[in-house]
Amino acid sequence: MVRLITHNILACHAKGCTQNNFPLQFKDASIELKEQEFNPDFLRNFLSRLEWKALVDTARELGDTSLPLEMPEMIDDEFLKNLHHVLLEIHVEEGAMICPNCGHSYPISNGIPNMLLAEHEIG
Amino acid sequence: MIPTPDLSHLTRRDYESVYEPAEDTFILLDALEQDADELRNMQPSISLEIGSGSGCVSSFIGTILGPSNTLYLATDINERAASCTARTGRQNNIPIEPIIANLVAPLRSRLRHAVDILVFNPPYVPTFESEAEDAQTTRNIQGAWAGGANGMQVTDLLLEQVDDLLSSQGRFYLVAVKQNDVPAIQERMRQRFNLRSDVVLQRRAGREHLLILRFQR
Ligand SMILES: C[S@@+](CC[C@H](N)C(=O)[O-])C[C@H]1O[C@@H](n2cnc3c(N)ncnc32)[C@H](O)[C@@H]1O
Ligand SMILES: [Zn+2]
Repeated sequence: MVRLITHNILACHAKGCTQNNFPLQFKDASIELKEQEFNPDFLRNFLSRLEWKALVDTARELGDTSLPLEMPEMIDDEFLKNLHHVLLEIHVEEGAMICPNCGHSYPISNGIPNMLLAEHEIG
Repeated sequence: MIPTPDLSHLTRRDYESVYEPAEDTFILLDALEQDADELRNMQPSISLEIGSGSGCVSSFIGTILGPSNTLYLATDINERAASCTARTGRQNNIPIEPIIANLVAPLRSRLRHAVDILVFNPPYVPTFESEAEDAQTTRNIQGAWAGGANGMQVTDLLLEQVDDLLSSQGRFYLVAVKQNDVPAIQERMRQRFNLRSDVVLQRRAGREHLLILRFQR
């Protein structure tokens, strides 16, 4: 289950690829929605760890427009519920993640991303 | 008592390619259980296990902290291990995110000083260096134990990155055996990174003298 919370943490690490290597772009993503227990404290704590623009852009690419382009100053329950759904309930089960810089493709199979590189691609 | 994770879904076949929990796994669980209250009080946002194998340890951490309180990331170089980790998470209702990766390679840049709980039960058995290198490239069951010179070939690579990963309150739990030269590890981490450490548990299991090291700022 590659959820957007995890996608928000993965970057390309191919040899020489150190800039513009995040966020990876989903390709041919097949998505499942799975309900998760709502935990506002966890979300509040996690906000500072997020790359907001990467999250919003990725959610929009996957068809979810519930998050505002700027992180709001007032964190209310409605916002947290939307954030909860985007971060934790959208699961990418199949597809790939493509590096915006070098084009490397990281496959996702059965919900598990394969981030390994071949010997000659390791920096 | 925190219940040991349910592993009844894993079969002999799984354990042909994925490390079956053994004494080293269980001493690590015991060390985590011993710290359970402190770990809960930290309100950790991110737990990261490297080399999660069956997924037993990450599920146990999830049971200590609660499924929705923390993000549980787990890497393994062996893709079958990653799939066992996913299944064990589901079996125990802990949403673990398995990632097929070498140590923390794809996570490093985004997890700078962000990991609250870092755990590694590495391949710690001293072997010929070529054996460890082979295991690291074939990514099979051998990679679960083949540790090269002093059993430190893989662990050494991670030790260089621990300081970068740990949050200000972060802790790193490492499984080691006596042949790894634990005092030297502790001294190096203190001198190079100013990370203090304690041996929080040790025990003899058959021929192995197992220790759990806990590092923090
Ligand atoms: C001793 S087993 C521990 C498995 C499990 N954590 C446990 O305690 O039962 C070591 C694990 O580390 C994995 N491993 C070995 N080298 C690795 C590397 N470079 N990156 C990630 N995982 C690695 C192995 O595939 C194996 O699953
Ligand atoms: Zn790249």
